Amino acid sequence: MSGTYLGMPAFPKAAQDAVRNETLRGNLRHATHTIRDKRAKAVAELADWDRLRTAGKDIKDRTLRHLDRYLLQLEEAVTAAGGTVHWAADAEEANRIVTYLVKAAGGSDSEQREVVKVKSMATQEIGLNVALEAEGIAAYETDLAELIVQLGEDRPSHILVPAIHRNRGEIRDIFEEKMGSWGRPAPAGLTDNPAELAEAARVHLREKFLRAKVGVSGANFMVAETGTLVVVESEGNGRMCLTLPETLISVVGIEKVVPTWQDLEVFLQTLPRSSTAERMNPYTSMWTGTTDGDGPQTFHLVLLDNGRTDTLADEVGRQALRCIRCSACLNVCPVYERAGGHAYGSVYPGPIGAILSPQLRGTGSEVDASLPYASSLCGACYDVCPVAIDIPEVLVHLRERVVEGGEVTRNGERVTIKPAKGHAVERAAMRAARWALDHPGALRAGQRLASRTRRIHPKRLPGPGRAWSDTRTLPEMPAESFRDWWQRTRGGAQ
Amino acid sequence: MRVALFVTCVNDTLYPHTGQAVVRLLERLGVEVGFPQAQSCCGQPQFNTGYRHETEPLVRRFDTAFQEYEYVVTPSGSCAAMVRDNYPRIGARAAAEGRGQALAEAAARSVPKTYELTEFLVDVLGVTDVGAYFPHSVTYHPTCHGLRMLGLRDRPRRLLEQVKGLELRELPGAEECCGFGGTFAVKNPAVSAAMGADKVRDIVGTGAEAVCTVDNSCLMHIGGTLAKLGCTVRPVHIAEILAATEEEPYA
Ligand code: SF4
Repeated sequence: MSGTYLGMPAFPKAAQDAVRNETLRGNLRHATHTIRDKRAKAVAELADWDRLRTAGKDIKDRTLRHLDRYLLQLEEAVTAAGGTVHWAADAEEANRIVTYLVKAAGGSDSEQREVVKVKSMATQEIGLNVALEAEGIAAYETDLAELIVQLGEDRPSHILVPAIHRNRGEIRDIFEEKMGSWGRPAPAGLTDNPAELAEAARVHLREKFLRAKVGVSGANFMVAETGTLVVVESEGNGRMCLTLPETLISVVGIEKVVPTWQDLEVFLQTLPRSSTAERMNPYTSMWTGTTDGDGPQTFHLVLLDNGRTDTLADEVGRQALRCIRCSACLNVCPVYERAGGHAYGSVYPGPIGAILSPQLRGTGSEVDASLPYASSLCGACYDVCPVAIDIPEVLVHLRERVVEGGEVTRNGERVTIKPAKGHAVERAAMRAARWALDHPGALRAGQRLASRTRRIHPKRLPGPGRAWSDTRTLPEMPAESFRDWWQRTRGGAQ
Repeated sequence: MRVALFVTCVNDTLYPHTGQAVVRLLERLGVEVGFPQAQSCCGQPQFNTGYRHETEPLVRRFDTAFQEYEYVVTPSGSCAAMVRDNYPRIGARAAAEGRGQALAEAAARSVPKTYELTEFLVDVLGVTDVGAYFPHSVTYHPTCHGLRMLGLRDRPRRLLEQVKGLELRELPGAEECCGFGGTFAVKNPAVSAAMGADKVRDIVGTGAEAVCTVDNSCLMHIGGTLAKLGCTVRPVHIAEILAATEEEPYA
């Protein structure tokens, strides 16, 4: 994934800083609660929501089981419709392909050393903008929130609303300060009125749309039977990028394929309601290869693996690939709401990020090994997920990988990984606990000892337990355990 | 009907009053309750931290400890959910790892007979009025595993609504997690504490004298946060409210 996330601290550390930031917490609380309430209403309107959810899950599972076949079918259909398909095993290869294609499209013309971008998670994941910049190509984000992030030299913190951590005042300041150095400056006297901010962005972006020769996008879905790509969005800026440039390059994760239009129909109902709480999103763009005299005349599709095949090899973890990036799980997550998106150290924050990043990237880094623990397992994410990803189940599964290591698939090979660092004490404690809990006599002796010494128990715990006693009073040890009470009052009775 | 109490390790060690309340309540309703001493912990803390293998002996132990009984009743939503949701998974994984069907069979025997207390009262005994008396205002926090994994829905509320003298106060944002999450509270202390503080603020805002849940582990976190912040709202397990009567009031 993107190099900008290298060396991220573990989740608890990053989250602690975010929790202390009152402005951030206020922004996030307001935004996530508004959207989660709206979503609940939009979903409640559909009497067959549960069946749509099950259908979405089943379609994705079936497709993933035969992914090889559908991808080849897709390639054939895209090629037949005048497009060119490229296969990228990882981020580096994908970036290399796109950079080459942009250069080839532009020739020596410097004006063409720039691209306009449709909001895309896949290109964020591979760090495309940085790779293009290194080759002297400017990539302009055209999604409003993505533009705010780019101008603010910031990182996205939400799948759907990358600038969710910013409030209106902050956005106004960013526009006023930064727009000028990227193109058309913000109008004088810009206020934090949302309509004014949107207009400033519109004017700023318009000249980029009209000038750019190359557009770069992702896609929400790819329909294998016809080779059609689908982008759903709210602003219409995506539509501009997809239709105005002469060349269109789409970078799409291989799990985005659906077999037929009939399958697509299910997701076009569940995605908008889950993400923006709309019955239907304002713009749905679909294109099949190229069409003479209409839209881009050259179309390239870069199919991105980047850890997806490895994820697919894991029986429990593979359900993460069903994700349609609606962000409903972020909006209901109490941990995301307080920690913010940046703490997850990835373009995929929140509950889905906590199960996706450690699979796509492995559990080797500090932040990736900490992500499976970034949840209280409350299950709110699973409840709202439109493709029924049991996120808590995958989190616990990945915790096992972190503490026990074991066999995983990396770059297509089965390898045995060691447990992550820093769990030795915990592991020893768990083993000891197993022994005691499996020997109720020993457990009872321990309880009695604790009861007898209860008057001298400290009010604060040492070591890692301090984290508990710093903000919570410890419960008092009772004089007698339940077991002993039963024994005393009921004697030998079972 | 042979009914066993699965008291859980947390209640056994820290909250014996809750276990005693379950016994009193069930016996009052004419149920003969047994307590097999071989019982221990359901294994949830280990399992949820990633130590599935450490949990396996506890799955076996649960099965043998309760094999004589038709029903196993537990005053813990999350321990009931552990048995129902995770025991079959543990069994299936062991089988997939080529270690035979024994664990899966132990899980299959345990799942259908295990009930969280309010489920047992409403679904098996078919009662909502248990003859309880609790002359206090109470707000109810539906714990996550009870709410979402077990699907307890309105069972606890229906029971509370029938308690004489009890005034139920609506808890805003009731379905939001309190931030306990087992080892989450220790591994992510800042976020857990922030969630706890928000929950406590909502609880205090109701003006209720007591906050009630179906799980003492969440209540330990909520109660500990309340005490640290100097709030006087009392954390009470639902079993203790339902066990209280005019003759034997809540102590
Ligand atoms: S995991 Fe589910 S809820 Fe979360 S973004 Fe993906 S599809 Fe949406």
